[in-house]
Amino acid sequence: MKERMPDRNGHFGVFGGRYVAETLMPALIDLEEAYREARRDPSFRREYRAYLHDYAGRETPLYFAGNLTRRLGGAKVYLKREDLNHTGSHKINNTLGQALLARRMGKRKVIAETGAGQHGVATATVAALFGMECRVFMGEEDMRRQAPNVLRMKILGAEVVPVSAGTATLKDAMNEAMRAWVTDVRDTFYVIGTTAGPHPYPVMVRDFQSVIGREARRQILAREGRLPRYLVACVGGGSNAMGLFHPFRRDRGVGMIGVEAAGAGIEAGRHAASLTAGRVGVLHGNKTKILQDEHGQVRDAYSIAAGLDYPGVGPEHCYLQERKRARYVAVGDEEAVDAFRLLSACEGIIPAMESAHALAYAVRLVPTLAGDDIVIVNLSGRGDKDVGTIETGG
Amino acid sequence: MSRIASKFEELRKKGEKALVVYITAGHPDMETTCRLIPALAEAGVDILEVGVPFSDPTADGPVIQASSQEAIRKGASLEAILEMLRDLRKVTSLPFVLFSYYNPLFVAGPGRFARRASEAGVDGLLVVDLPREEAGELRRHTDGRGLDFIPLVAPTTGEERMRAILEDASGFVYYITMTGVTGTGRPAEEEAREKLRRIKELTPLPVVAGFGISTPDQAARLAPFADGVVVGSALVSLIDKTRLRGDLLAEVCRFTRSLKAALGPVP
Repeated sequence: MKERMPDRNGHFGVFGGRYVAETLMPALIDLEEAYREARRDPSFRREYRAYLHDYAGRETPLYFAGNLTRRLGGAKVYLKREDLNHTGSHKINNTLGQALLARRMGKRKVIAETGAGQHGVATATVAALFGMECRVFMGEEDMRRQAPNVLRMKILGAEVVPVSAGTATLKDAMNEAMRAWVTDVRDTFYVIGTTAGPHPYPVMVRDFQSVIGREARRQILAREGRLPRYLVACVGGGSNAMGLFHPFRRDRGVGMIGVEAAGAGIEAGRHAASLTAGRVGVLHGNKTKILQDEHGQVRDAYSIAAGLDYPGVGPEHCYLQERKRARYVAVGDEEAVDAFRLLSACEGIIPAMESAHALAYAVRLVPTLAGDDIVIVNLSGRGDKDVGTIETGG
Repeated sequence: MSRIASKFEELRKKGEKALVVYITAGHPDMETTCRLIPALAEAGVDILEVGVPFSDPTADGPVIQASSQEAIRKGASLEAILEMLRDLRKVTSLPFVLFSYYNPLFVAGPGRFARRASEAGVDGLLVVDLPREEAGELRRHTDGRGLDFIPLVAPTTGEERMRAILEDASGFVYYITMTGVTGTGRPAEEEAREKLRRIKELTPLPVVAGFGISTPDQAARLAPFADGVVVGSALVSLIDKTRLRGDLLAEVCRFTRSLKAALGPVP
């Protein structure tokens, strides 16, 4: 992968691009320009790093999960503890970056979509920090199953706008956020939470999340003196996975495995596995793999994990899959719940239901590997928000 | 001369402005759409935007969202819509502009879609989420087939970008009269007048104004600065209200005539 990715219009091979109404195009071009300048500006980078360190609490530990390793037998399992970030997930890495950019562009209002509420909370948090007005769009079904996060957003001063269209989940929240943006585009910054959406969001979110992989790479080399055999991360839109993968992209010996949600089953057609079972299409401003019918109507996704319950995926993941640089698998609700319980019981760490999908695949993978192999699992968020779901059985 | 060009020519001679209306194909069902189209032509519609329903219409407000959901539920697909238009083309010379999001066209295959649309007698395409940077993939197939690619210009579009957009436009130009989604809010009239004047300086193509226009009065106020106006959600909403009363066609035609009456001839 020597060529420049993405190209100047945001294409990763055939994926990506900008498929939005003309009203938004000038805003996206401005954003791209502002971001390009910001990332080259040492003072912007310094400030961003300072907030990551002092406010988000980075760096996050790379924890050797000894109990889990002994339990599974096989490779050594390390957990990248993104759950220990302020607000409880990796999402703050990106919202700090985008909020600093919004401030630099003179925007005082931000909007965001959210599924599990983690990105919504992370956006509401930085809006409070920087004195910005914040509206978060969230599906009604997600508001129900992730109620603690709704409360957190409100306490932080954000307005949570319920979305009842469609399946009232992340896809519908994103539709509504795009509608709000097209209406208030002149004074509003749209903080997208994942590596999807129109260019420059996939590349910008990737860059802000790459701190995960940069740290993990440095930490594992310091600790073990060698690189891991595999990286494992869950993929909804794909921001925590891209953040972990990207800094390892030139390490040919490091396998990358993205874990999608198989929900109630791929065959049953109730899942959120766009890379595993989707086809190329255009949704939410980018060309990517989506769940859709033969007429190009987007199908409803399903997963127990609200943050994975999305029928599309970031375009760069499609590209990594096509180039066979990363491999994508799917794990269902039940297996994820088992992994959720396993980690809680044997390491004393309650993982987010999203991250539990990555763990579940690690549970399958690790026993097949040699004892001196290393697997890094991205523990992208903590599971406090999910304890109700577990208790009531979904 | 294309049906779109000759329609504008005919209107210009009569001193009238074009009434462009949008309906969601298949709402409330395909059969009603099929009866509605000739009636709209009869009632004074000059150009028809035939909406291809899409599951995630991010540029549309609640009215067109709901009509799209219903149409999809009842089986309206791009295939079925093109088939209907092919039949209607035998009985009407009303210019048809297919109004769509890109995904249904992309999934059908741009080449195959272009062939089918052209055979069905479609005159123009308005693809709401396909800006010029991404349009090549479709236009490679549609440009040589008598399918006008109608560009959108927004209130946020700056001078340089507007010039580039107008350079490869055909058919007519659609000016979006407000920032927002369809059927919500009202046109930003002062800004629209200014932009419309600039667009007309830059292109010989006709220019229509749409988004947020719901009454004959609003249409009349914008008409002097454009070559036509577009009414969409107001009509879809009326279809929705009258569908169960048995007077859908009569009501829709009455509203259409009132819109057309507001568009000239200039006294």
